[in-house]
Amino acid sequence: MASPPDLNSVAPKGFAAWLPHVLLVPVAVVTLYPVLYVVKLAFSGTAGASSSPSPFPERLDFSAFSQVVATTDSSGNWLFGYQLFNSLAVSAVTTVVGISLACTAAYAFARFDFAGRRAGLLGFLATQMFPGILTLIPLYVLIQKLNLLDSLWGLVLVYSTTTIPFCTWTLKGYFDTLPKEIEESAIVDGATRLQIFLRIILPLSAPAIAVTALFSFMSAWNEFVLAYTFLSKEVAYTMPVMIRGYVGEKDVQWSLFAASSLIVSLPVMALFYALEKHLVGGLTSGGVKG
Amino acid sequence: MAQVLLNEIEKSYGDVQVVRRLSLQVAAGEFLVLVGASGCGKSTTLRMVAGLESITSGELRIGERVVNDVPPRDRDIAMVFQSYALYPHMTVYDNMAFGLTLRKVPKAEIATRVRHAAAMLGLNALLDRKPAALSGGQRQRVAMGRAVVRQPAVFLFDEPLSNLDAKLRVQMRLEIAKLHKRLQATILYVTHDQVEAMTLADRIAVMHEGVLQQCASPHEIYATPVNTYVATFIGSPAMNLLPVAVTQNASGWQLTGSGLTLQLGPQEHNLPSTLTVGVRPQDWRRAQPDEAIHARLGVEVVEPLGAETNVFGALVDAIAVPIADKTAQQRQESATIWRSDPSDRVRDGDEIALHITRFHLFSADGQRLHVPAESGVPN
Repeated sequence: MASPPDLNSVAPKGFAAWLPHVLLVPVAVVTLYPVLYVVKLAFSGTAGASSSPSPFPERLDFSAFSQVVATTDSSGNWLFGYQLFNSLAVSAVTTVVGISLACTAAYAFARFDFAGRRAGLLGFLATQMFPGILTLIPLYVLIQKLNLLDSLWGLVLVYSTTTIPFCTWTLKGYFDTLPKEIEESAIVDGATRLQIFLRIILPLSAPAIAVTALFSFMSAWNEFVLAYTFLSKEVAYTMPVMIRGYVGEKDVQWSLFAASSLIVSLPVMALFYALEKHLVGGLTSGGVKG
Repeated sequence: MAQVLLNEIEKSYGDVQVVRRLSLQVAAGEFLVLVGASGCGKSTTLRMVAGLESITSGELRIGERVVNDVPPRDRDIAMVFQSYALYPHMTVYDNMAFGLTLRKVPKAEIATRVRHAAAMLGLNALLDRKPAALSGGQRQRVAMGRAVVRQPAVFLFDEPLSNLDAKLRVQMRLEIAKLHKRLQATILYVTHDQVEAMTLADRIAVMHEGVLQQCASPHEIYATPVNTYVATFIGSPAMNLLPVAVTQNASGWQLTGSGLTLQLGPQEHNLPSTLTVGVRPQDWRRAQPDEAIHARLGVEVVEPLGAETNVFGALVDAIAVPIADKTAQQRQESATIWRSDPSDRVRDGDEIALHITRFHLFSADGQRLHVPAESGVPN
């Protein structure tokens, strides 16, 4: 394996070396300040934070977190538990359904020539061009007719159909880059189409599938507008709707809002960490002459 | 081991015909090399045998069976691709075992076969590696190993050495020759490299624009090419083709033109009024005092290669453009080539009297004319 080139030997010296930092540090500050401020709010406890502009927590008070986690409704249901489960279930099922359908669709688009292939791809693309909010009312009518208001399946249905076009395009783009000879070689070796798909294509596409799965999961996990529209019972809420609840018309509980926001971010961060190695591509290198 | 029989095979993509009425037999255990310039239809032919391309018309048999509509996995073939086409996510062992696993061969037997093939190809130390950690030569060996473990009736090779550097290519060529000797397998091998074709093949099939030109042993292809295409394709540097006019005289037939004057003895049949004379670069030499001079070569470029020296130039009487006015490319394209001995000490600008020791005759449309050898090259 070749050793990486020694970048230090060609690095600029003096002011030229500092210039990027002069530009980048303010950008980093602007990006990080709001996030840090949320952290500060969350750890200020239910008593609230001082009005100081410093983004660093003044104390480590976990009372806001414990209050968010312990929330129950009037009949004693553990709301946080329900809502966490709702969010996890909706996001996971959306991801599984979306990825399974998108993988198979993308493979067909990438490898087979069939009537409607081009129209299908363009149709998928067209759906991405409209702002999602445009579909809110028709979707509401559909979901209502299907008796899926206040149901997790309603959300799963809507989320997966909205993420599938994007996932299909991303995966098709990746499948297009896989050398056809690898599949032909498997055909000669005796594999069926399904075996090729399951044993060659899917393992080789792990990085692309990881990226699209993460996208699916995150868009379902973070989605607020549709969930807020379709869900009216507190036990059916997903986490973003729950967070919104802390910003009432009369009374705004910023520390609870900040603490619940941090809690909601944790699973996504954990997923990023777990999928990190797949997010780095290069799995296919070496199969064919590069 | 089985024979492969192509009977009037054709392949068209819409109106474009890429293989025309191809009939070819690869005998059981034979090493047949399909050779031709790119786009001649050789790879398409191989892919039709593999089952990766459909056959437009004609009949394909492997062994006794017609396999036109048999899927690749049931044809009992194995194929080695130019790009190796290894499975990047599998180890060398799994790459080689994949085909056997799919066929539900018992695990113990898979292990035996893989280890046997790995030993044969020197891959034993690499079985746990993934393709990315292998060199080009090792990857190609894995691709061959993957074919070997299958113990197929027919091996198909699609330009397997084209991605390797020159030195490795020579080495792998030897390995393929050894492999064939050892397995006595039926091999259909596609290449555009005539050296590979000449060194590996039992028989060579030369294709041009979808049409089979000639199928014969390497020696026969070289010694008696059936037309000017085969004549110039096989042999390096290429054969010189010199159009001449034919006149009958008292002692037989005289061929003149392109700076060449050749006298032939009496012939059984009349010769057409125009012909093309083919002379391989090594088939002329500096005329000795007692030898007839057939042509004079104005030397333009001398390429010493060590054991021999390639001399490029124009035959003097045929020079239409003065040498100095030609561009380098014009010189290369129109050049007449003579493979001289280094002891000839030829220099740029020399004019050399040449004597032909052996030549080929082709009709104006490029087909070989069979002129009895003894009538050629009189003094």
